[in-house]
Amino acid sequence: MAQASIFEQILDPANRANPYPLYAELRKTPVAREADGTYIVSTYDEIVALLHDPRVSSDIRNLVRQAGATPSPQEGPPGLPEPFIRRDPPDHDRLRKLAMRPFGPPHTPRRIDALRPWLVETTTGLLDALAGKNQVDIVGDVAYPFPVTVICKLLGVPREDEARFHELADAGIETLDPTTGTLEQRKAKRDRTNAELGQYLAALADAHLRQPGGDLLSGFLTDNGPDGRMSREEVLSTAALLLVAGHETTVNLIANGMLTLLRHPGVFERLRREPELSIPLVEELLRYEPPVQFLPDRVTLADIDIAGTTIPQGSPLVLMLAAGSRDPERFDDPDRFMPDRPNNSHLGFGSGIHYCFGAPLARLEAQIALTELACRLEHPRLVADPPPYRPNPTLRGPLHLLVEVDGIRAAGVR
Amino acid sequence: MRVVVDLTRCQGYAQCAFLAPSVFRMQSGDALLYDSNPDDALREQIKRAAAACPVQAIHIGGMGTLAAMQKEPAQRRKPRGPVRLTDAEAAFKRGGRIVIVGASLAGLTAALMLRTQGFAGSLTLIGDEAYDPYDRPPLSKQVLTGWVRADHTLLPYSDELDADWHLGVRAMGLDLAGRQVLLADGNRVQFDRLLIATGARARPWPNDAEASLEGVEVVRTRDDAARLQRRLAARPGRVLVIGGGFTGSEVASACRELGLPVTVTERGATPLVGALGGVVGAVAAALQRDHGVDLRCGVTVTRLEGDANGRLRRAHFSDGSTLNVDVAVVALGAIRNVEWLRGSGLAVTRWGVACDAACHAFDINGLVTGNIFVAGDVARCPHPIYDYQFLSLEHWGNAVTQAKIAAHNMLSPEADRWPHLAIPTFWSTQFGVSIKSVGVPTFSDALVITQGSLAERRFVAVYGYKGRVTAAVAFDQPKWLEFYQGLIDAAAPFPPAFRTVHQPAEMRPVPPEFPKRAVSEHEATVMVTGREPYERRVRWVYRHL
Repeated sequence: MAQASIFEQILDPANRANPYPLYAELRKTPVAREADGTYIVSTYDEIVALLHDPRVSSDIRNLVRQAGATPSPQEGPPGLPEPFIRRDPPDHDRLRKLAMRPFGPPHTPRRIDALRPWLVETTTGLLDALAGKNQVDIVGDVAYPFPVTVICKLLGVPREDEARFHELADAGIETLDPTTGTLEQRKAKRDRTNAELGQYLAALADAHLRQPGGDLLSGFLTDNGPDGRMSREEVLSTAALLLVAGHETTVNLIANGMLTLLRHPGVFERLRREPELSIPLVEELLRYEPPVQFLPDRVTLADIDIAGTTIPQGSPLVLMLAAGSRDPERFDDPDRFMPDRPNNSHLGFGSGIHYCFGAPLARLEAQIALTELACRLEHPRLVADPPPYRPNPTLRGPLHLLVEVDGIRAAGVR
Repeated sequence: MRVVVDLTRCQGYAQCAFLAPSVFRMQSGDALLYDSNPDDALREQIKRAAAACPVQAIHIGGMGTLAAMQKEPAQRRKPRGPVRLTDAEAAFKRGGRIVIVGASLAGLTAALMLRTQGFAGSLTLIGDEAYDPYDRPPLSKQVLTGWVRADHTLLPYSDELDADWHLGVRAMGLDLAGRQVLLADGNRVQFDRLLIATGARARPWPNDAEASLEGVEVVRTRDDAARLQRRLAARPGRVLVIGGGFTGSEVASACRELGLPVTVTERGATPLVGALGGVVGAVAAALQRDHGVDLRCGVTVTRLEGDANGRLRRAHFSDGSTLNVDVAVVALGAIRNVEWLRGSGLAVTRWGVACDAACHAFDINGLVTGNIFVAGDVARCPHPIYDYQFLSLEHWGNAVTQAKIAAHNMLSPEADRWPHLAIPTFWSTQFGVSIKSVGVPTFSDALVITQGSLAERRFVAVYGYKGRVTAAVAFDQPKWLEFYQGLIDAAAPFPPAFRTVHQPAEMRPVPPEFPKRAVSEHEATVMVTGREPYERRVRWVYRHL
């Protein structure tokens, strides 16, 4: 049997805890061809160039067409249209702009900033509930419930329904893992979970239409802006995307962040004394331990000459964001965690037109959660280093992050 | 607090507008406006915004923030250690005298760059305005709408600069042999090396009497903008904007945002025709009309008429019509501030001071000088990509880049000089649309829309000249422009033949429709004397410049 390629080794769950040496190996060939014709791009400048290259498509249909597959007949409930993350302009631009209207600028610029007090309150509540414990699971006790609570409230999804959508969300996320099947298999599975999620959201949408609130779902359904409104199917597809993407990634950002802080106790202490450090610190986390490690499933629409290689038209592309963010050609001392690193143009949220939709929210959530954890956990110690990881190589993060503490300080005590 | 955003780099990610919504505002999805001098109470929000900027384009306070404005590569990509300085060069770096004439964006950037590059000698800045360096792009936008005060546009830098400032004093002359700048107050300032960064000023209305009518304005300085803002705030019955270039169009946009009736006259076929051509200009025209601008193309103003009290009352047009107006904004371009250099022995024309790619000024004979440098709007510099033609650029980004290169070269031995080869880049925000350009659109014989469509008003137009890509202009598509800049760098074939996202069904190159360059009026300013090669020299002839 042929030796596994570096990319295959990265996909191997055995390497989940520390893929960074493999990324360094990968960067020796900035644009590497896999046996199946997929091109893996791992250096900063090349990734940035391809993220701004209009010859690269994010439309999953182009990729499937390229693979020569015939779409498999749909099982289960009728599918939803692809959300904007897997579309190209002009559809992408139209849908993203409509989705942005109730969420952020230019139409609703203050929404996220105005959430700050409530975000602090929510974290405080989660930490209060841990009083008296000597061991906490950062993932289960804070990193997961916090962003889920936030996205539910923002989107207008009852928090109590978590059990219903959690499994579907997990199944959806799993399809981003290239090891879970062929492209068509993964797409078919994603279409199925999305359809089920769509069914759940459809019932919710009906309720919101009867009684619209200030949430995003109501906003999407009742928008009267100059650019029209999303179709009902587009609303459901967008809502499903935001529901899943809105927490899965932030869970890992907070968990990876806490793990990094525990491995750098000096920084943990500094954050406790200088909460403003959380601002550059979260940027550095997005560079150093990003929740989204790479972007799979893009495809070239033309031959592209880059870094001395010609990527032929129709090639699947994988952009290794986490490798690019540790490229020594771009970042000094890239394997060092420097919480106030200057000029930190990391790739943690991608770049170009598909730049993370929820980035401002994710930033605030991580800044607040990590600052609160630093202020309130007394003498935290990692129980296992490395902690157990979830198998997913794309959205990478610990399954649990057990921490022993001497206690939980009362809120407001530094 | 002082904030400046390098809008040349901004791609409209809007992270700042989410995190500090009082300071940063998106006009549409992609066009950013901001408050340059926000309240200190917003400090934490602004820090959040600056940290989050994906292209790190937001700079707040502190030494060297302007000088650090471009992408900072990792240490290993930085230029290898400076070439060894001769004793004389090292002594200059330690204790030489540098004078910068012009205390606006280019002058300040050069000063900061000199210090960050280790210049420890004496540094003098001379500026004819009595203000600390300020940023001009906001003056025709957020200042006119009244959001940001004209005196709240100061550029960030700190006292660490350690410079000797002569503000509110005009430079009147240059004594090349004596190495002195002559000031309007009678003082002379001695230099070892000089940077000329005197920029440009607004071209006034050509008729002095009409220009002095109350209500006739230009927009170039902070005082201009403050005055015009007050006039607009007084709700005039109608505003006339004379000239549909970028400044005129931005003023018209501000007027419409304020709900004021506004008429724009443009000599050419469309607004922006001089910079972008008539094909793209037609989109600008449609944008203006949709926003309620009374746009009159192919029309010029022949006379401004005042009332008995010397107040502007009416405008007369070349088509014979008249219009009652209360305010007229003259937006007929700029005049380079070179008069003080007449007879100095430098190569000066109305296009500016000619220099080589290292920013060394040419003398009147066309020989490169050793100690006189030029940067910003007043410089004319050959660009290899554009057939080595001398380009005069009035772009914010060029002022920053060229000033940094000039500063570096002022401190460097010949082997370590940097050529100024940046691809010109500029932007405008008007009627809620972000317009960005890379390259030199006028250097073209054809144009093709490669993404989007003119009808949607979201598009990328690629300009080509003799089969290669020379420029690209994007309306509300700022995130793709880096790619097209790469095509210009690489002299990629035109028209582009590859498939892209959002590609029009048909990609047909068309003439970009630039107006024919008007033949400039006769204005010989130099003559050559002497017969033999060793005796031939250029002499200045005083006529109008």
